[in-house]
Amino acid sequence: MHDKTVTQLAAALKSGELSSRELTSHFLQRIEKADGTLNSFITVTAEQALNQAEAADNARAAGKAGKLTGIPFALKDIFCTQGIKTSCGSKMLDNFIAPYSATVVEKLNAAGTISLGKTNMDEFAMGSSNESSYFGAVKNPWDLTAVPGGSSGGSAAAVAAGLVPAAMGTDTGGSIRQPAAFCGITGLKPTYGRVSRYGIIAYASSLDQAGPMAKSAEDCAHLLNVIAGHDVRDSTSVSRGVPDYTETLNAPLSGLKIGLPKEYFGDGLDADVEKAVLEAVKVYESLGATVREVSLPHTHYAIPAYYVIAPAEASSNLSRYDGVRFGHRCDAPADLIDLYTRSRAEGFGDEVKRRILIGTHTLSEGFFDAYYTKAQKVRRLIRQDFLDAFEDVDVLMGPASPTPAFDLGAKKDPVSMYLQDIYTIAVNLAGIPGISVPAGFSNGRPVGLQILGTHFAEAQLLNVAHQFQQATDWHLQRPAFAEEIA
Amino acid sequence: MALEESHVRRAAHLARLAVSDDQASGFVDDLSRILDMVDQLQSLDTEGVAPLAHPLDATQRLRADEVTEINQRDAFQRCAPAVENGLYLVPRVVE
Repeated sequence: MHDKTVTQLAAALKSGELSSRELTSHFLQRIEKADGTLNSFITVTAEQALNQAEAADNARAAGKAGKLTGIPFALKDIFCTQGIKTSCGSKMLDNFIAPYSATVVEKLNAAGTISLGKTNMDEFAMGSSNESSYFGAVKNPWDLTAVPGGSSGGSAAAVAAGLVPAAMGTDTGGSIRQPAAFCGITGLKPTYGRVSRYGIIAYASSLDQAGPMAKSAEDCAHLLNVIAGHDVRDSTSVSRGVPDYTETLNAPLSGLKIGLPKEYFGDGLDADVEKAVLEAVKVYESLGATVREVSLPHTHYAIPAYYVIAPAEASSNLSRYDGVRFGHRCDAPADLIDLYTRSRAEGFGDEVKRRILIGTHTLSEGFFDAYYTKAQKVRRLIRQDFLDAFEDVDVLMGPASPTPAFDLGAKKDPVSMYLQDIYTIAVNLAGIPGISVPAGFSNGRPVGLQILGTHFAEAQLLNVAHQFQQATDWHLQRPAFAEEIA
Repeated sequence: MALEESHVRRAAHLARLAVSDDQASGFVDDLSRILDMVDQLQSLDTEGVAPLAHPLDATQRLRADEVTEINQRDAFQRCAPAVENGLYLVPRVVE
């Protein structure tokens, strides 16, 4: 059961071959057996899940089931869930029981899906390895000495290990696509504004976007159908119709124009990763696509621009954690300033503090124009690179990450960690969608192919990814760890 | 733009973040490396380029000025560290 896709499980539920209660119990048992090793969950909501499963089975018996009714999944612990701890991977929110649910959660509930719990993540989504979580690092099911990637590392590891059929993540600089690549699953970051940010704990509000992580592009299409759409409660959510993303999955790719950004195949790219990506591109050529080199000339300015803009927004967003209204409060504060400064010093980890300090510094008097305004100008140039490229080609392809998953503890210096996101971060600055699909292995660790499209091209990305998965079986590979969970 | 400990101290003060003397030197090192990386931006000519705040160039949507929220004070204060009679408690500010 655990290696089936959402699409297959939905069919089994529909035919009556399986009940949601059986399915939910099965995955809860797998979590109980294996998650002591992986640490992919912060909170497991077993009782609520079984109740939801019973309700789903009853709805089906009454003829009221939708396409995904009864399907279990997991939520990154950044999505507010009413009545359930929502920690964002931080000590600051270890005691936070959300008083309301995110729009994404409400939509998934309304679709009859079953949440098994909240997955581990880098603290406040700041990280590329899941090692900054207050709740400890997550292990990669393909190799327990490797990181799962981040910041949606728990979601990626849980799906790869077959602890859940699918999970929700968020992506501010690559946090869906990079862990999807490291764990050998499929992860989609939609266009900025496609999915409501309401109730998603904010990191960098002009970059944050939620999306599905699953075993196939087809599964991602089903999940995006549920979560996409306008929401009046998110002022940056886009008022634009949502197509049925499953309808175009089988469109033929003959004539598809693929661009390979030359900057994505330069220094620092692991040879095995490059080989896997170029092999994948050959598969597309065999499907009728044409390939040409393109240039995104400002690629190398994306990480510097991001590390001004994201920390600036974070320093503002995280000012709400003051020890007064919710979250951690220090013991015996001497006065109000002591309450603020000590609650925040105790509640935040080092990476979060670094970003708050960088953001506060770059926004402060005397530095604002040199850093923040400059970075916003560069952001426009980076977006223009993509818009120019999409004048000539339909999609861009390249690696999701310059290397496969690295070892736990390998990257101690913050800047070396930041440089990991070279191929994903510009996408958030430009606001375009991107998907990572499994495309091979390097020393037993998965390699991800990243496919990028222009704004609102999710249907095309899912189609292009799905056709690859019809022609290859990389997405069907499962780690030995998943098979050994009896 | 070299970063000095006074910059870190100022940012920590503005961000209301307690930073011990031991931690301050570590942050100076880390933040200096980050800002060295960020300083690559300065080599790029952005003359005449307008800053981009929103990836779709959208502007803030306005809605009618109507009350849309109901009072949920009790629900929201359930996760507060200290409340009394519907008020948040903090150390005395005014003597």
